[in-house]
Amino acid sequence: MAEASPGVRPRPLSPFMIWRWHVTMAASILHRAAGVALYVGALILAGWAFALATGPDCYAAYKGLLGSIPGKVVLFGITVAVFFHLANGVRHLAWDLGQGFQPKTANATAVIAYAFAIAAAALVWAAAFAMGALA
Amino acid sequence: MTGFRTPLGRARGMGASKHGVGHFIGQRVSAVALIFLVLWGVASALGLAAGGYADAVAWLQHPLNAALLALTIVAACYHMQLGMRVIIEDYIEQPGTKLALLVLNVFVAWGAGALALVSLLKVAVGGGAN
Repeated sequence: MAEASPGVRPRPLSPFMIWRWHVTMAASILHRAAGVALYVGALILAGWAFALATGPDCYAAYKGLLGSIPGKVVLFGITVAVFFHLANGVRHLAWDLGQGFQPKTANATAVIAYAFAIAAAALVWAAAFAMGALA
Repeated sequence: MTGFRTPLGRARGMGASKHGVGHFIGQRVSAVALIFLVLWGVASALGLAAGGYADAVAWLQHPLNAALLALTIVAACYHMQLGMRVIIEDYIEQPGTKLALLVLNVFVAWGAGALALVSLLKVAVGGGAN
């Protein structure tokens, strides 16, 4: 930002500044962060398809990589990102229809999106464990 | 005559060009499609994670799975290319860097999409290596 000229009072800043952190702000920036994570997730999916097309050895190696501890951590993060981006995306679609802008509604739907992301990811990984996919 | 008009004059004379909201609409239509495709994808991934190579090949040889996965890849690559474009436009100020990243974004998104699509078609049509 440019320095104020001498003799000129510094101009007031726009109220876009964060003076109090809020669930809706966090949901907004997390939507972006989750989107970036899913970009990486799509590259991992492309890698999976390529490994499958390459052959059994390549597929086994790729699956072993995804099944390692770091691989599982990344995939769990992507699972949370999928469900948060999905829930918050539905929130965005409702806004596009002019619904859900009241502060109480917007706060509540943000909290629902966080809860849904954590619960759905936990459920999917519990199902993966029950199906023997984590072995 | 219309060639001599300024863009503003053209818009005033002819109304909106109807192209301005392409990004907005494309992002939302792909979002609606991805709600269903991603839920199906997560459920499918569970089964694939539990199985091995032969299971994955058999799964992809079912036309419904191949078609839905192809749709998921196309919708996802389109959607993420649009989303990353907005992030680059928002945070990168230097015009040269911005342009380079915007082009790179398109190349990476559609490069990954093409690789995934061709790979899945190879398996869906040609079968596995067994």
